[in-house]
Amino acid sequence: MISTKVNIAGVELKNPVMTASGTFGSGREYSEFIDINRLGAVVVKGVADKPWNGNISPRIAEVYGGMLNSVGLQNPGVEYFIKEDIPFLRQFDTKVIVNVCGHTIEEYINVVKALNGQDVDLLELNISCPNVAEGGMAFGTEPSMVEKVVSEVKKYADKPLIVKLSPNVTDIVLIAKAAENGGADALSLINTLTGMKIDIYRRKTVLANKIGGMSGPAVKPVAVRMVYQVSKAVKLPIIGMGGISNGEDAVEFIMAGATGISVGTANFANPFATMEVIDGIENYMKKYDVSDISDIRGIIE
Amino acid sequence: MKKIEDAIILKNVSIVDNIFDMKIKAPAVAENASAGQFIEIYTGNGVNILPRPISICEIDKKEGNLRLVYQVVGKGTGIFSQKKEGSILRIIGPLGNGYNIKNADKSIFVGGGIGVPPLLETVKNVKGQKVVVLGFKNGTILKDDFEKAGAKVLIATDDGSVGFKGNVIELMKAENVTGDVIYSCGPKIMLKFLSKYAEEKGIECFVSMEERMACGIGACVGCAVKIKNGDSYINKKVCKDGPVFNSEEVLWND
Repeated sequence: MISTKVNIAGVELKNPVMTASGTFGSGREYSEFIDINRLGAVVVKGVADKPWNGNISPRIAEVYGGMLNSVGLQNPGVEYFIKEDIPFLRQFDTKVIVNVCGHTIEEYINVVKALNGQDVDLLELNISCPNVAEGGMAFGTEPSMVEKVVSEVKKYADKPLIVKLSPNVTDIVLIAKAAENGGADALSLINTLTGMKIDIYRRKTVLANKIGGMSGPAVKPVAVRMVYQVSKAVKLPIIGMGGISNGEDAVEFIMAGATGISVGTANFANPFATMEVIDGIENYMKKYDVSDISDIRGIIE
Repeated sequence: MKKIEDAIILKNVSIVDNIFDMKIKAPAVAENASAGQFIEIYTGNGVNILPRPISICEIDKKEGNLRLVYQVVGKGTGIFSQKKEGSILRIIGPLGNGYNIKNADKSIFVGGGIGVPPLLETVKNVKGQKVVVLGFKNGTILKDDFEKAGAKVLIATDDGSVGFKGNVIELMKAENVTGDVIYSCGPKIMLKFLSKYAEEKGIECFVSMEERMACGIGACVGCAVKIKNGDSYINKKVCKDGPVFNSEEVLWND
């Protein structure tokens, strides 16, 4: 018998496998193809205090082994989320993690206040989206700002707060420590790496926004490195993500020090990706006699 | 109901230049498909990770087959064009809303370039008088298929190599094409001017839009199209809310 249970800031998940915010909506679309009950948690697409339109199209570009997006956190707002998505998600036996986005500290707090008392398990503070001009990554790339926004938002949150970190920084460890000092209960990383693609025949960028966030298998080594460095530097549980497509990828993040892992862009390439990651982790554990998933966590010295 | 299916290629041949005519056996997807819907095809490699949206040209529910007429525009479609008869393509579909077929005495179909194929299944499902107006840079595709489906076909080409020299809107003005409803698919600029033409003539007009997309099912929110909302707009998804919209809903000002 193997145990894949993990604990993120006091919340027990049946397995470490989650969905990366922004790749899975609130689960509705993929529920036609996979069993949501099998997931450790659903991390929903970013929720703001009011509806956001996002950026203009085109906002998707494929790159070698990955993709760029410049969606810009289009979402119908927290009121809609509470009314429509929480009841939907609660039909399933899985944990619900809400990704919280904003342009200002006040907007983040508005979302958190609106979610107080609501039936969700954890909050994930998005201070790392590269596709919004104000807020997002602007809050996540300077340590003193990270500490400030985390501590301000934390004051109002009645659920444990995960802070999602941007890889677009000189030293991820400084940012992680700042989030820890601000009162974060867990960290998730990485958000997308900023990137660009030019259509040389049209002599224009493919994305209307010119620059977007890169994700997919090609970013995985960067993400594994950052999870490893951060896990050595902070005491908080880490949710690792960046290019995870199968069970072996997930095990790699766990060995680097992640407690949970998220499957993101792989959902687009293969709607069954989350299920295959769960199966792949279990198969690895059985084959290599790992009885408890925590036995391999952070084993890389 | 959307399905993911490993389709078998029954035919995959070049008809002109970079345009291929493919027939696949995909009974689970074909069963639920309707005119104006599309599928996404996975490339099956780890480099080109995103599936490619391809419109459905014809549906044979009895045989469980789909006809796809597609243009090689990049790496993904290049991979598909190399696939031989008997090989497997993983697909997801049917996707999108498709055309809502209206009861009308006279229907008009307007297609531009690789926007032409999805109109064929649509024409086959419409009763009454049918006029098909097609625009190409040069040459034509599917003209005989539309005629076989009982439509009168008008052709415009940019270089005048076939039919009228000019674009479809100029041709429609020259021929004073009128009717009760328009079904269209093609480049955004064509749809924009068609929308204006339809408004002037007082004809209800449905446009099938295209946008770069990833998942194809509404999760990634990549394929935004601006839809009027009072004095402002909201972004809807081409893959899930569309690809077909009433031309009056669309904000055309960009």
